[in-house]
Amino acid sequence: MKSSVITFPGSNCDRDMDVALKKFGFKNKMVWHADAELPKSDLVVLPGGFSYGDYLRCGSMASKSKIMQSVINFANSGGMVMGICNGFQILVETGLVPGVLLRNKYLEFICKNVFVKIKDKKNKYFKNVDNEVLELHIAHNEGNYFCTKDQLKEIEDNNQIAINYCDENGKIEDRFNPNGSIKNIAGIFNKEKNVLGMMPHPERMIDTSLSGEDGSLFFKNLINNLK
Amino acid sequence: MKISVIITLKKDVLDPQGKIIHQTLDGMGFDDVNEVRQGKYFEIDTKETDNDKAKAKVEEMCKKLLANLVIENYKIIDSK
Repeated sequence: MKSSVITFPGSNCDRDMDVALKKFGFKNKMVWHADAELPKSDLVVLPGGFSYGDYLRCGSMASKSKIMQSVINFANSGGMVMGICNGFQILVETGLVPGVLLRNKYLEFICKNVFVKIKDKKNKYFKNVDNEVLELHIAHNEGNYFCTKDQLKEIEDNNQIAINYCDENGKIEDRFNPNGSIKNIAGIFNKEKNVLGMMPHPERMIDTSLSGEDGSLFFKNLINNLK
Repeated sequence: MKISVIITLKKDVLDPQGKIIHQTLDGMGFDDVNEVRQGKYFEIDTKETDNDKAKAKVEEMCKKLLANLVIENYKIIDSK
């Protein structure tokens, strides 16, 4: 399986993602944002970081990068595109997934482990994951998911919510919501579910020497689903 | 020609920065403030000399980059 990780000026989780993808069997290529063409890929990842210094709105500049037109075409033709953290912010700015990510409700940069409940498994990202709840890491200042009422209805009607913030038992309540996201949303799909945007970083949970291995479950499963 | 743009958050969108500014003003003794909403202001100096054409271009910039229409409104202010 071939993957591509896009590096934007200010990306800082691109190499972590490269390590994670390779660890679980992807042949990964790093792609520079100013390139026009994507290499042949089964998965394209927009990594976390602070692309363009978060100027204007997080992800807004990166969403207009040269490579993004190829990424958008790839996604629109059914290709798997995953945006993590800043990558999620870039995805919402392209319009590939609905909504926006606002400043965290309590104006704090949040860096901690959280639990997320997998809301939908009828997709290539979470199909066959045994767990209902994953422990993943978040680190963001703008992760407060927001969308209009009409968008929310559409998202819910199409089962586009991928994961919700919850407690270790999968209970989804306001007190387990770290950043004020609508409905505790931590990640969403596009309508066709080939595009996933999420705030948590699975690439930070792939080794016991890090703070956990639930990211390993995610990647092992992902590559199997793509084969 | 210079064109100015003001971007504001839509009414229903939470503005935590505006809230904190409000609280701080309150603490400083400005206790008659009802609400504070924070926005953005841009000055765009364009080569275009026709006022209508320049405004149309800036409107396109607002829609494509300067504003995110899910949460923000834009207002183009006449050039001087």
